[in-house]
Amino acid sequence: MVSFSAVAKRYPGGQEALRGVSFSLEPGELAFVTGRSGAGKSTLLKLIPAIERPSSGSVIVNGQNVGALNRAAIPYLRRNLGLVFQDQKLLYDRSVHDNVMLPLAFSSHTPKEAARRARAALDKVGLLAREKANPVQLSGGEQQRLAIARAVVNRPAVLIADEPTANLDAESAARIVEIFVAFNQVGVTVLIATHDQALVARYGKRVLTLSQGRLA
Amino acid sequence: MSAWLRQHRQAFGAALRRLARAAGIMSALVIGVALSLPAGSYALLESLRALTARLTLEPQISVFLPLEARRADAEALGAKLRADRRIGAVRFVSREEALKELKQVAGISEVIAAIGRNPLPDAFVVSASAERVEALAADLGRLPGVAHVQADALWAQRLAALQGIGRVGLGLLAALLGAALVAVTFNTIRLQILTQRDEIEVSKLIGATDAFIRRPFCYFGLLQGLAGGVVALGIVAAVLALLNRELRPLAQSYGASFSFAFPPPADALAIVLLAGVLGWLGARLSVNRHLREIEPA
Repeated sequence: MVSFSAVAKRYPGGQEALRGVSFSLEPGELAFVTGRSGAGKSTLLKLIPAIERPSSGSVIVNGQNVGALNRAAIPYLRRNLGLVFQDQKLLYDRSVHDNVMLPLAFSSHTPKEAARRARAALDKVGLLAREKANPVQLSGGEQQRLAIARAVVNRPAVLIADEPTANLDAESAARIVEIFVAFNQVGVTVLIATHDQALVARYGKRVLTLSQGRLA
Repeated sequence: MSAWLRQHRQAFGAALRRLARAAGIMSALVIGVALSLPAGSYALLESLRALTARLTLEPQISVFLPLEARRADAEALGAKLRADRRIGAVRFVSREEALKELKQVAGISEVIAAIGRNPLPDAFVVSASAERVEALAADLGRLPGVAHVQADALWAQRLAALQGIGRVGLGLLAALLGAALVAVTFNTIRLQILTQRDEIEVSKLIGATDAFIRRPFCYFGLLQGLAGGVVALGIVAAVLALLNRELRPLAQSYGASFSFAFPPPADALAIVLLAGVLGWLGARLSVNRHLREIEPA
């Protein structure tokens, strides 16, 4: 599903974020990426949807070599991935419902089917009752759940989350991870970056620990 | 295919809503005012072209005989004129015929009646090439039995030359203001992209293609250009109506019925479509340039 082979990433200026990283995620697997700040967790996650390109090595996602993809092919790669960010990247000039509808705007679904899917996604994260609200009216945890609903609305095979529980209290964080576990239980491959070791330990799933750009 | 059409319809609707906002309307007005200059100039020039087309542009020389000349004198002079190789055509206008034509001019028949006799002489109207007309007129003036020579149509030629200059000026003005339209649209779209930067970045992250993101901006440019073209035609129609209101009594006082004409439907449509295409071009250039600057990080 996702395979890294001897991946290195150097940013302009010479900073080396990843060095010789190799691992594979099997379909339906849930794994955590942990490490201190600056260990390379975000860089690793950004390589999967081609937000960043590897300097060397190969990143294979759904059978596609991300490093070799041309610019025009990247949107189609991303449509098969669900991305959740620490800062959520929500649009605050539209409603909760419209935020979830965004990925469906360029899908082939009819407006009726798109609306049904959006409501179903909101229902799964417990936000259906807030669909008409503006994201600014939501708590931090609710905003993160909204971001998850937007990520899963197109039913992606892989769900990637970068520090989704940062800035959340323990209860909200646990609820967020429970949502990811629930999606994993229906076959979605999930990769979560977090520095919260206690949270990771609670679920007993596979852990990829990064230290100074290398996998421990 | 239906999803593709639906996306186009949605992009078109979004562009239309954006155009209906105050900023969109103001931009369309600015474009309309700018385009009204070449569109109006075109209408004026076309009206003048239609007028001069009715006038003879072939240089002609009128050769007048003395009032007391007999018909035999006229025939002798006619033979000489027809023998001159520099002359293309010779037409005899008798004094009776000339009087008849003159009487058709408004207000003149009363003057002639007051004179009580035909004041016009027999005359020949001859044609010649433009470069020879002045020298030929001088030569004809020296012929025996010729009272007066007048080279006509030079003024019409000058008018035609002025029209040519006007057309070049109009072309330059149109090109300049067309470039201004592209620049205005380019900047409008740049500002829109800046205000929608977050939405564009998120859309790219979740799999929107450049074509999908570009579409509403291109439709906006097209619609803004079309709206600007319609505004320009409205301004031209209003200005021509005002000018014609003042011009008509003046033309009638000369017995004429001249008025400035609004461009024909095909030309008006071409002006609107050209404005739309230029608007689309400005949007396309802007969106191509600025979309690449927005990459998810």
